[in-house]
Amino acid sequence: MKDTLTETPATTDTAKIAVRGLQVHYADTHAVRDVDVDIPDKAVTALIGPSGCGKSTFLRCLNRMNDTIPAARVTGEVRIDGEDIHDPRVDPVQLRAKVGMVFQKPNPFPKSIRDNVAYGPKIHGLTRTRAELDEVVEKSLRRAALWDEVKDRLNAPGTGLSGGQQQRLCIARAIATAPEILLMDEPCSALDPIATAQIEELIDELRNRFAVVIVTHSMQQAARVSQRTAFFHLGRMVEYGDTGELFTNPADPRTESYISGRIG
Amino acid sequence: MSAIWTLLTLLILAALGFALGRARALASAGGDIRALHSLPGHYGWATVLFTLVPALSLLALLTMAAPLTPAGTVAVVALALAALAWSLRRIAPDFRARRTVERGVLVLLVLAACVAIATTAGIVLSMLFETQNFFAQYGWRDFFLSTTWAPRFQGNSDLGILPLLWGTLYVSFIALVFAVPVGLFAAIYMAEYASRRFRAIVKPGIEVLAGIPTIVYGLFALITVGPLLRDYFAQPLGVGSSGSSVMTAGLVMGIMLIPFVSSLSDDIIAQVPQSLRDGSLGLGATRSETICQVILPAALPGIVGAVLLAASRAIGETMIVVLGAGAAAKLSLNPFEAMTTITVKIVSQLTGDSDFAAPETLVAFALGLTLFAITLCLNVLALAIVRKYREQYE
Repeated sequence: MKDTLTETPATTDTAKIAVRGLQVHYADTHAVRDVDVDIPDKAVTALIGPSGCGKSTFLRCLNRMNDTIPAARVTGEVRIDGEDIHDPRVDPVQLRAKVGMVFQKPNPFPKSIRDNVAYGPKIHGLTRTRAELDEVVEKSLRRAALWDEVKDRLNAPGTGLSGGQQQRLCIARAIATAPEILLMDEPCSALDPIATAQIEELIDELRNRFAVVIVTHSMQQAARVSQRTAFFHLGRMVEYGDTGELFTNPADPRTESYISGRIG
Repeated sequence: MSAIWTLLTLLILAALGFALGRARALASAGGDIRALHSLPGHYGWATVLFTLVPALSLLALLTMAAPLTPAGTVAVVALALAALAWSLRRIAPDFRARRTVERGVLVLLVLAACVAIATTAGIVLSMLFETQNFFAQYGWRDFFLSTTWAPRFQGNSDLGILPLLWGTLYVSFIALVFAVPVGLFAAIYMAEYASRRFRAIVKPGIEVLAGIPTIVYGLFALITVGPLLRDYFAQPLGVGSSGSSVMTAGLVMGIMLIPFVSSLSDDIIAQVPQSLRDGSLGLGATRSETICQVILPAALPGIVGAVLLAASRAIGETMIVVLGAGAAAKLSLNPFEAMTTITVKIVSQLTGDSDFAAPETLVAFALGLTLFAITLCLNVLALAIVRKYREQYE
């Protein structure tokens, strides 16, 4: 495993997220085994691999969402900007404001579109006045490429939007708290091809501002949106490198089997 | 007695019909099940239906008109036999027995639904009828607007509902003020914070409260809560000297309602999708922010439903009030005074030697109908609220 890593070195001083020796156990399954990776800033990193390979679990380590699962046990080191997120001084609540997350199924709150986006800024007290809050809401919705579709009905329930709009609303909600990193757990798996294309376009925009880490089942999607790709198999990170390189010239035979459809 | 024997005979015939129908179907197909339109059991059940339905209808008609005569029994059994023979004759491989059976099941289901509706209609009609008798003898204005309740056996009573209505609402209000926060907080703890093991122990524990007969709660109010409140609150504060009071009944009723509120709310909170929790936590919200701003709003319609259900229970409760609040019909704001409720007075007007022509007895029906109208309004309100939020959020 280490050999394949050294073939595509990522130096620690440019990495936004540096992971060393990460292990995750769920009750008696060993879900993530000894993962080392450096994730760059202002780029999209895709995590691919067959179902149950630990890629979503790995993603949930990056904002300590696994803390909410009592049976999960995480060991190893995750540094964001050089700071260990498992340090007792780090509050997971603050960490999650800095590391936004978008989930597989669009999960807008049963509130209006405006309140959905305003949720994060409100609980973190990011704005002082109503006007400031409105500005954040508009800016976030614009960045999520949703503003033009919803600007006339900000008070309508967010759950009334279409699936693709709901997912963009969830992205707007995540970027409204001004995160530095955006984690996306199969954000398009519940969407139709047109909505998927819109989200992918959006992800490409987002990389100008954030480090984006996306879990995807679709290798085409990984190839389209990401600059770096990591291949996970049976809890281990088998290969990590430039997306183009990994798909055209995989170093590990397992990666090759997966991208040519033999492991699935 | 003969009706029961007739019924038993019919059942035996039906069982016989099942066996014969099934056997005949198999025989008609020459033992090859695939040649039959339906499964052999369907032919058996179809025979059972044909045998029972006409005979049972006739039996019902006969017994409704007069006690069953031996001639009647013979007629019923003869009809069943004839139907049995006829249906056996119809059995052939292409007879669509399954459709007959499916239709029979459908009719059974429809009948079951009708029984519930018809019973409700029957109850309301009988109440309406007696209430009409009451208002023929006693002015509706006096009933609804008079503030005195003083029934006398020799007639010329004051039968104003207002003191009773006030007592009912006051006791229910105190019960809900006590039960809703406690029940809801317990539910939030159980659904969001408690470990699985703790939940497995405590949840059934709370539900035991729901299984305690209300008369036992009443005793608790009478011998424990009432004297406690009197000795440590009412008398030192100089607000009352009665062991039975609205506060006593309200508190004990509140305890009774806790499991209703908590258990229903718990289920509803647990049904809020995990994805909403993840979404909120993923934005850096704390657990309590997630609960207050995402989970409770999402669960609100169900919680409102639970609270209104509890309110209906409180309004209809009798035993705790009799033993806890007393029987004095009074209009007062002081919660440490004895008062009484509609249900208690319905019981007291109907117990003993009741003369069903006197307004003192008939008033019970008017009271009952009023109570029914109140709980009906509450239920309609609950449904409306639930529906409104559902439209908004799904």
